[in-house]
Amino acid sequence: MSLRFPPSPNSRHGTFRIRVYPCPSVVKNSGSPTIPVPRPHLYLLAALLVALGISQFSDRIDPYFLDVIIGIGINIILAVSLNLVNGYTGQFSLGHAGFMSVGAYLAAAVSLFLGPKILGEAGGTALQQGLMFLAALVAGGLGAAFAGLIVGVPSLRLKGDYLALVTLGFGEIIRVVFQNVEFLGGALGLNGIPAYTTIFWVLAFVALSVFVVTCLVHSTYGRGFLATHDDEIASESVGLNTTRYKIVAFVIGAFFAGTAGGLYGHFKMTITPTGFDFTKSIEIVVMVILGGMGNTLGVILAAILLTLLPELLRPIAEYRMIIYSLMLIILMLVRPQGLFNFKFGKAKL
Amino acid sequence: MLSVTDLEVCYGSISALRGVSFTIPQGSIVTLIGGNGAGKTTTLRTISGLLRAKSGTVNFLGEDITSLPAHKIVARGLSHVPEGRMVFSNLTVGENLSMGAYLLSDKAVIAKNRDYVFSIFPRMKERLKQTAGTLSGGEQQMLAIGRALMGNPKFLMLDEPSLGIAPRLISTIFEKIVEINRTHGITILLVEQNANLALEVSQHAYVLETGAIVMSGESKKLRADPQLKATYLGG
Repeated sequence: MSLRFPPSPNSRHGTFRIRVYPCPSVVKNSGSPTIPVPRPHLYLLAALLVALGISQFSDRIDPYFLDVIIGIGINIILAVSLNLVNGYTGQFSLGHAGFMSVGAYLAAAVSLFLGPKILGEAGGTALQQGLMFLAALVAGGLGAAFAGLIVGVPSLRLKGDYLALVTLGFGEIIRVVFQNVEFLGGALGLNGIPAYTTIFWVLAFVALSVFVVTCLVHSTYGRGFLATHDDEIASESVGLNTTRYKIVAFVIGAFFAGTAGGLYGHFKMTITPTGFDFTKSIEIVVMVILGGMGNTLGVILAAILLTLLPELLRPIAEYRMIIYSLMLIILMLVRPQGLFNFKFGKAKL
Repeated sequence: MLSVTDLEVCYGSISALRGVSFTIPQGSIVTLIGGNGAGKTTTLRTISGLLRAKSGTVNFLGEDITSLPAHKIVARGLSHVPEGRMVFSNLTVGENLSMGAYLLSDKAVIAKNRDYVFSIFPRMKERLKQTAGTLSGGEQQMLAIGRALMGNPKFLMLDEPSLGIAPRLISTIFEKIVEINRTHGITILLVEQNANLALEVSQHAYVLETGAIVMSGESKKLRADPQLKATYLGG
């Protein structure tokens, strides 16, 4: 017997037609993971120089405007780092504000409690303060990364809704813990945090987070994040340790959330547990979804838009949040694949 | 090459495999046939470490791999092409193939494997830069097999390669499977619902029914078996 089958009336033998899936809402799209980034290190260096340049003129910029820019920067760090977890690796986390709060509290504690001991009563020189702040931010980031590891190892075996719930629960636990620790100010939070956060630090950490995430997902190692997102069983069957990838994404995401928290604390000069509740997590998730899951540029633009929007709507006072929410609904209906995801129109085929 | 002894697997309280044993000699194509829910996919997933056995052992090249994690089993040369063409749909064909060589570090070997995959599936070369999600079903199956070949497997497990593919392409894919086995000496365990086809390309077959092996023997002989004919081959 030979290998023969009756031809099916529906199959077009021999012709292979490339199909572009027409309905964007059903297609998972992760930006353009294949475009190589030429010399990313130079970009980072250039971004740092620009940050330094802008910071020289910061006293001439309108303070309100400066505040908004810093707020945007912090949100970009949060959104880009969450995008590594939710977008590229496809693990739905709702606990980003929790990691942010760990970083915020730890960095603030370093500045408040260790700062005076190291810098002395006089407060030290600008350089000493800068190094102190860097140490505080890194400590906050590492603390958050550690929290990410603790939460990630047991919970990343879960998928989808379950993982979302566990991370949501984690965020709430963290909040309640901070609310009840007297040492960290309890419900009043920590006050009098030195205002170390400048436009330079924010832009520098924006550049760093974008650099790390972009380089990571474009590397040979980092393709594993996309592979894990696309299909876990297939990933395992080619020899990827998907659990490790998920944990790495989680830990790196948490690290940057922690540094963003540190920047936030030293910017507002006061932090309270309620500032990091789950609405903050949702806000970051919305940025990632609106920007297009797994599309770093889109997520950055969405973070800018969603930070500016409430500011621009400020004149209409009490209707502000209604309009804001309404716009979100409309945006999701019109562009479910992400507001800034243009890959679909000119499909890369 | 591979021997499975008294394998028992449960999903919660439901038992999916109830003491399955078989051996696969080096260089052969062996097929596992059976109806829906017989436990074919469960068997493959347990062998490749995606599922854990409740009891029993899986022995590969003289080593007990029953409790190894999936990625370590792949490293030993046992590759699994999962059911339903699980390609990385957001990566390009080329990137999918590179992922298949994830555990290899020698660039020359990877290039050699890539050429080998192109020689078997020339279409993959044409589609190199295309996103895998936009390939046809048959092409995705070729890519999934090609990706598994990139990792230099000694033993390949194929789960329903004919599932949902245009009939004409099915025969092409089965010819390729035989070619991979003959020219490269890769031992193959084939799981199929299309029993006729599976028995034709294999040397030995096991028939699985509700979690146990009910029949086994040379594929040629099984094809003539009246009972099997009535159940799986359509009279």
